[in-house]
Amino acid sequence: MEKKFDRRSFLRVSGTALSIGALYSVFPALTRSARAEGITRTLADLNGEAPAPFSFMQLSDTHVGFNGPPDPLGTKAFESAVATINGLKNRPELIIVTGDLTHDADSPDEHAKRFKLFKEISSRIGGAQIKVVPGENDAALDGGDMFREFMGPTHYTFDHRGVHFVALDNVSAGRPEVGAAQLAWMKSDLARFPKTAPIIVFTHRPLFDLKPEWEWFTSDGNDVMNALAPYENVTVLYGHIHRENFHQAGTTKMYAARSLIFAFPDPATSPMKKPAPFDKAAPFKDLGIRRVNGNALGNDLQIEEVALATAEFSGTVGMDQMLKHGNNDAKDE
Amino acid sequence: MKTTAINKIVSIILLAGVCEFGLAGVPAVINLSRASDNPKVIEITAKKFEFTPSEITLKKGEPVILRLTSSDRVHGFMSKPLKIDTDIPSETTKDVAVTPDAAGNYTVICDHYCGTGHGNMKMKVTVVE
Repeated sequence: MEKKFDRRSFLRVSGTALSIGALYSVFPALTRSARAEGITRTLADLNGEAPAPFSFMQLSDTHVGFNGPPDPLGTKAFESAVATINGLKNRPELIIVTGDLTHDADSPDEHAKRFKLFKEISSRIGGAQIKVVPGENDAALDGGDMFREFMGPTHYTFDHRGVHFVALDNVSAGRPEVGAAQLAWMKSDLARFPKTAPIIVFTHRPLFDLKPEWEWFTSDGNDVMNALAPYENVTVLYGHIHRENFHQAGTTKMYAARSLIFAFPDPATSPMKKPAPFDKAAPFKDLGIRRVNGNALGNDLQIEEVALATAEFSGTVGMDQMLKHGNNDAKDE
Repeated sequence: MKTTAINKIVSIILLAGVCEFGLAGVPAVINLSRASDNPKVIEITAKKFEFTPSEITLKKGEPVILRLTSSDRVHGFMSKPLKIDTDIPSETTKDVAVTPDAAGNYTVICDHYCGTGHGNMKMKVTVVE
């Protein structure tokens, strides 16, 4: 009989969606389960590391270089998120960033500056390794050349605490696609794992047709999902849509993260893909961090919403003086 | 019964043939025949970050050729419900055959990233009965 994980003990997140900075607490409790011993040993053999409790965070769409409208605060939300993470009592040891680290720039020199600034700000996060995938703003115009220069490969895998992570690039082809070569690579990579292995795929665009006319899709997303379908414990984390979303296909759960720049509206109720207007009274509205805490058994997880700090923009300085309305031409993601 | 049906088909074919020679016939048959053989061509130009024209009207069931040209760089041209998904290579022309199968309003987007205004590059297609 095939040994299975208790899915809830692998990755359990309360609620229907995760926000930016969603802090996942993974408490497999595998070593406590007799039926999971076999798979734990298998993963230890494959990865050199058996599943163990750990937590991580997802940030998305920092768009470094973007400076309104609608968001005139540039990197302030990103910097506030970094400060918030550093202020956590239990600091995450892994951060993933699901694309659009930078906002595209016409000048390669300017775009390079934005990558440098992303690295500078993200490097302030202490004690965590940071894994990133590109968004179309990072990699679609040059096929990912600058992204590779500054951040490394656009797709890769790694293992962390017994969980297999797959970083998938669905932007650098220019079109919203993964492509046959990368798909074959992913299939080959996953083939060595048992069907019960815990797998987290992180990518930029949704792998399903969330809203194709808003370019919220991946043209060969079905091929990716079909390749993932045999695996029972797959979670897909993505960005791009600047809002929370949850979607499940078979046993695969897919969570979109909010951005760290501005929010997009709900496509079910909005006829237009138009960024939410900046709210001076609540500059980080719809941006923030969700922290998920779990007990040692992996059940009864507690969700804690953590607002980004806004104290910097209050008091005598005032919001008005802080606003720097630029003439950036980007009105979209 | 079967013979009657065949006779009707033969009659229609003959009638269509007569129409093509411009003698006499049924205008509807002529229009359908010509629409199939020589679909209407609509020229659309893509450039950062717009399609020109930005709006076209098609007729349900009527085949058309969309003659796509990019005047600057590669763009995409995509609408899932209209079953269109192609790139328009830089400074070239590409023909795409379309036969809308349902009336309605559709949005065609550029889905090949082309710069910071890319997300607003789209056009409207209205399909009428």
